[in-house]
Amino acid sequence: MTKITRPRPSKDRLRRTMMFMNAQRPGLIKDAYIYGCDSIILDLEDAVAVNQKDAARFSLYHALTEVDYGDTEVIVRINGLDTEYWREDVRVCVAGGADGIRIAKCESADMVRQVEAAVEAAEREFGVEVGRTLLMAALESPLGIMNAYEICTASDRMLGCAISGGDFRQSMHVQIEPDGVEMQAARGQMLLAARAAGVQCLDTMYPNLDDEEGFRREVDLVARMGFDGKSVINPKQIAYIHERFAPTPKQIAHAEKIARSCRAQSEAGIGVYVVDGKMVDPPFYKEAERIIELAKKCGVYHGDL
Amino acid sequence: MVIEKTAVAGTLESSDVQVTVEPAADLALAIESSVLNQYGRQIKATVEETLGRLGVTTGHVSVVDKGALDCTIKARVEAAVFRSCDASASDIPWGGAVRS
Repeated sequence: MTKITRPRPSKDRLRRTMMFMNAQRPGLIKDAYIYGCDSIILDLEDAVAVNQKDAARFSLYHALTEVDYGDTEVIVRINGLDTEYWREDVRVCVAGGADGIRIAKCESADMVRQVEAAVEAAEREFGVEVGRTLLMAALESPLGIMNAYEICTASDRMLGCAISGGDFRQSMHVQIEPDGVEMQAARGQMLLAARAAGVQCLDTMYPNLDDEEGFRREVDLVARMGFDGKSVINPKQIAYIHERFAPTPKQIAHAEKIARSCRAQSEAGIGVYVVDGKMVDPPFYKEAERIIELAKKCGVYHGDL
Repeated sequence: MVIEKTAVAGTLESSDVQVTVEPAADLALAIESSVLNQYGRQIKATVEETLGRLGVTTGHVSVVDKGALDCTIKARVEAAVFRSCDASASDIPWGGAVRS
């Protein structure tokens, strides 16, 4: 059988939704790509029982090399660095050609560097281009949040960081709250760190599958805060996140107007001017360009810019 | 590889397959499947090919299939054989004897 060749991983691709799948459950992983999430996260960590860690890697290897996931990014969540499992997890991820590795319970830049060293060794061992395999950090504790900037800048392979709500709330002695107040400071601090480091920032999954209203409220909150995407645990959560994270037709029209007027004004030598009664200056041009770029990636741009 | 002790991998869940290997002087294969009529020959070929790659020439191998894909059958046979040699935890020859 021919091994599947995956496109070269890209650090700044669209990651509105990253869906968790148990790497040990064959019924799940073979269909993962049909749901249309941007990334799937095949899980070797919490979803896999301790006495099945070995068997899960064999399943993972054959899924990575034989299931065609197309454009869907394939990330693997490996076991924590305090376990005996993570080094073999890294070997199978690299040998199988995973796009990236999610470091569970990441608390320091040194942890990122340990994983990076193991990844590089595995790339050499299996003849994979050195530098191909991306990394991301799951921040699950107050210490991880405090060290977010150092973590995000610890390696060129870092695509971003994600907060993991379950462990984080437990360590802060709080429960999930309707207005998100229990994670407000952590989300804010992680966003600042990720943007300062120039990497993506991703939110935790919403665990209450039957609470659609609560789910939408949380998606709205993190979209307004400036996150790039959110973990999902069920395909039914994908559609709303994609809708909420895509620019609206109104935003796109306004961005086009600014982008066009900016070209005309700068040719005329004017820096600051007014569009629809609002002042426009260089930060607005950049934001307009970002909106148009995002609309293109989301497949909702039909203009000619 | 030589099957040194009885070992099991996989479950009886839908889309999975449970593989049991036992030490024996000869090589024998028993397959049970809900889709034996359509896929029996294919399952047998995949199991034999996987055992061949691992260099297993003796042992009793029992396969209870619940509609697993080829990639799952390979993974479960490999996990059972490596477990039977206490070699499933680390230094797996990914891309070598274990390959697609």
